[in-house]
Amino acid sequence: MRASLALHLGLVAVLFALNFVLPAYAHGNIARVMTLAVYAIGYNIAFGYTGLLSLGHAMFFAAGMYGAGLLLRFTDAGAVAAFGVALACGAGLALVTGLLALRTAGVSFMIVTLMFSQACALAILYFAEYTRGDEGFVIAAASRVVAGHDLGDAQVRYLAAWALFSAAFLFSLWLVNRPMGKVLVAIRENEPRARLLGYDTFRLKLGALVISGMVSAASGAGYGLFFGYAGASFAGVQYSIFPLLWVLLGGAGTVIGPFLGTLFMFYLIDLSSGITDAYMLIAGVALIGLTLFAPQGIAGELRRRAWRGLP
Amino acid sequence: MSKSDHPQSSSRRAALKTLGAAGAAATLPLWARYTHAQTAAPIRIGFQKHATGIGAAYGRWYDRTSQAAVAKINGEGGINGRMIELVTEDDGTDPKRGAEVIEKFANQSKCDIAFGTLFSHVVIGSAPRAGELKLPYFVVSEGHHVASGMLNRWTLQPGITDVKSQVQAMAPFITDTLGKKVTMIYPDYGFGYDHRDNLVPAVQAAGGEIVAQIAIPPTETSFTKYFPQIPRETEVIYHVMVGPAVLTFVKEMGEFFGPSRPEIFGFIDSLEAVDLASPGLDFLEGTYFWEGMPRYLQADAPAYVTAYRDAVGIDANGASTSDPKDVSTAAHMFGCWETLHIIKAGMEAAGYSSTADRQALVEAVEAMTEMPAGAAHPQGDKLFNGRTHQVFGPQYISKVESGKLNVTHVAPIEDTLYPDEVDYTTQSF
Amino acid sequence: MDFGPHLMLALLEGAVLAAVLALMASGLSLVFGVMRVVNVAHGEFYMLGAVVAWAVADLVGGGPAVGFIAALILAPLIVGGLAAAADMTILKRIDYDPERTIVATIGLLYVIQQLTLMGYGPEARPVAPPFNTRIALPWIEWGAGGPSVYFPWGLSTTSYKLFVIGAAAALILAIRLVLLHSKAGLVMRATQLDSEMATAFGIPVERVYAAVFGVGAGLAALAGVLIVPIQQAHYLMGGEALLLSFIVVIIGGLGSLTGTIVAAVLIGMSDGIISVFFSPTLAKILATLLVALVLVFRPQGLFGARER
Repeated sequence: MRASLALHLGLVAVLFALNFVLPAYAHGNIARVMTLAVYAIGYNIAFGYTGLLSLGHAMFFAAGMYGAGLLLRFTDAGAVAAFGVALACGAGLALVTGLLALRTAGVSFMIVTLMFSQACALAILYFAEYTRGDEGFVIAAASRVVAGHDLGDAQVRYLAAWALFSAAFLFSLWLVNRPMGKVLVAIRENEPRARLLGYDTFRLKLGALVISGMVSAASGAGYGLFFGYAGASFAGVQYSIFPLLWVLLGGAGTVIGPFLGTLFMFYLIDLSSGITDAYMLIAGVALIGLTLFAPQGIAGELRRRAWRGLP
Repeated sequence: MSKSDHPQSSSRRAALKTLGAAGAAATLPLWARYTHAQTAAPIRIGFQKHATGIGAAYGRWYDRTSQAAVAKINGEGGINGRMIELVTEDDGTDPKRGAEVIEKFANQSKCDIAFGTLFSHVVIGSAPRAGELKLPYFVVSEGHHVASGMLNRWTLQPGITDVKSQVQAMAPFITDTLGKKVTMIYPDYGFGYDHRDNLVPAVQAAGGEIVAQIAIPPTETSFTKYFPQIPRETEVIYHVMVGPAVLTFVKEMGEFFGPSRPEIFGFIDSLEAVDLASPGLDFLEGTYFWEGMPRYLQADAPAYVTAYRDAVGIDANGASTSDPKDVSTAAHMFGCWETLHIIKAGMEAAGYSSTADRQALVEAVEAMTEMPAGAAHPQGDKLFNGRTHQVFGPQYISKVESGKLNVTHVAPIEDTLYPDEVDYTTQSF
Repeated sequence: MDFGPHLMLALLEGAVLAAVLALMASGLSLVFGVMRVVNVAHGEFYMLGAVVAWAVADLVGGGPAVGFIAALILAPLIVGGLAAAADMTILKRIDYDPERTIVATIGLLYVIQQLTLMGYGPEARPVAPPFNTRIALPWIEWGAGGPSVYFPWGLSTTSYKLFVIGAAAALILAIRLVLLHSKAGLVMRATQLDSEMATAFGIPVERVYAAVFGVGAGLAALAGVLIVPIQQAHYLMGGEALLLSFIVVIIGGLGSLTGTIVAAVLIGMSDGIISVFFSPTLAKILATLLVALVLVFRPQGLFGARER
């Protein structure tokens, strides 16, 4: 337990320290990876810990991005209020879709979430008058300011991304060590037995999905606010598959896995695109290789080989 | 081929002069022109290329055109005596990756400027980062996003005209020559809305009317089911479509009408990079297309046009000289060639020597006005508006005759002008 | 256009989509039914079918009909062989674990797309149909003087589109016959019911899996060959097709071939018809929500009563 706390707090501390030493390009990349890792953390709560394999999380990410982006586009509510609205949008959407989708399980659940997410992506196109559809819109630099600090500034952006990441990361560590976290794992492993023990598994799963949706929305809002753009491509199917990929690569059902997976995938694409035009080939081969040789993901392998108690 | 309306009239000259006045007043200090910092290091231009994703067919030809332009400029001594080095990165035709690539140009590969993007959503996703990183960002997108004021002072579009000006210049020809009752078919997203929002008033102003507007989702792969919405009274079909399914769209339109088609006017985007000799396209004979620049070599093409085509490597049919089935995106890719020449002119005017001069480069380009047709501007005479960061130029209308596109009308620059919607020069750097 | 002819046109277009979808989804359903894995790369096999068809037609020459028939035979064989090889080198080694199969087939999807982009290029390339006559269709109108037949403006289809509907129906019938009445079909069904028991009875389950994966991919490739004279071969065409056939398989009930076919007809037809009444984007929103709600209130799918 103490070793695990040291590991996770250590990562937070290292990321903070990196702010002062990283060269400009890596500095920007890590800010981006931290923001997207929040999305993976949110996804991991539903998939890794509760066993809800959703193919529709892009709708929560987009709910955050557009919740914040549209508010800033049409009002001058300010970045903080926009972030709050984004969280509410993500949680609300997760509640509504969860109430319906959680009546199903397994592959049907995958498709129902996929369909809801597709409907949301299409709705963004349908209301193009407000969302500018496929093209998306720029979130004005003037509105991306928190307490006088400009989120467009590299330092401010990094620290804001770090704060967002740390909050989500430590929250998920706290959650999985709570009794609720243990019950979620029990549901993942054997839902009928968990129900037999007297747990209201539907409500617990719904709770997990709402938390997951809210954290995903936080990432979407963060992405929009830090990088100044909201677009419909972020609501597409591939953005539902990305967090699944990141989580599986990093290690599903581990707290640190989502970050490792996001980091790995980002640099896999970035570095291989420097070597060859065919970076998708390298990414594809790497994915196949990982499933063959490290099926539990990076942190999962760590847990299997060296550190059995890793949360 | 009618020569009467070639854009060499005196009224146009007058218009150019008036419009250029503001820009001319802001000419650069003299020292800027003579400060030739002669360093041997190359000037690095980050080229955001759609190598993968839906824009890949365009990206390939943007790449070839850019490489050809760089080879030409370097062969003529480079910029201020320095060679150009193109640093190419794939953006996956994705706005997220586009923004990352901009960061890579600015912070890692130490590029002087960024250049080349086509798809609007990639431009809009990347431009905020270019602005924050204070990296001059030259786009070749034909979107109205630059001139609409949505972007920032660091983003410019000096090498290709925007959809708004193209569309409004087409309306008089359509209503005068083809018919008054127009049905428009366009993709159901931003690029299509630019067409819708600008064509409707332009056609009305020219005395015609839009009898139906048919928006088709960009992911659609089958089109016949939409065509029944075309009213029977339609005299002209105005179509514009993008993406990999364009050929299906045009082919199914032909199958729908059979022997009794109305007049058809399309934007070549509907068939860009597609061979006009593809099966099922015979019905296009006698229809009209807008072209940014003629795909087929015209009989009266000036020497600088043939030189440009030879340099890029396209034959008389607008296909690759090494593979006649590999049809180019001729109506758009010239923009890369012209943009690179403008970058050269801008850097020389600003006495550009290092990244510290980026602001001076933007100011130098903003000060540009007239760009006469020639080796640097093979598409035709241009007029740059420094306030809106947008260039204006002639628009070509071609007719399909014996399976080839022949230019029948050239809309002059005056027809493409519209009031400014933004003044970027008042924004801070 | 009047409402009646308009609806008829939408139905015809829907039938073409339904035919191709049914063929492709049958492959996905077969793989899922027997192997219990979701093959995310299924759309890429469809795309490969179309691309191979273009390459074959380009190489063979001798007129569109010869090229098309050659493609119809070669494309499923080549693509099926590739898929079987992928099964033996990758899926077998991860024990057909459902989650790992998803990641591995996503990897496969990237690899196939990139190799196609490098070898074939980013353009959408057409294949000439073996025959393609426009057929104007008549419509009956009840006027004052009784029924009269006329040819409404635009109401037409092509002979090739009718051929696609017929060919897909024949192929699907053939699959059913093979599954129900041949030894290979029996072996497959036995493996589907209980792979351990099948092993005990001496069925080479691993080889059956490789064959099923190959046949599933071959069906997708066939669908690709059939569609390519109507649409074009493009390296990104697999995504949308995968999504649709995914929906069809689930709505029909996992592993139920009958359900898959009924669902393909439903989805294909509704896509055409709903867009007659609503704006196309709104139509797609309604259709996706409808699919979701069907599953919410009937999670086993329309024909999935035999869920184990």
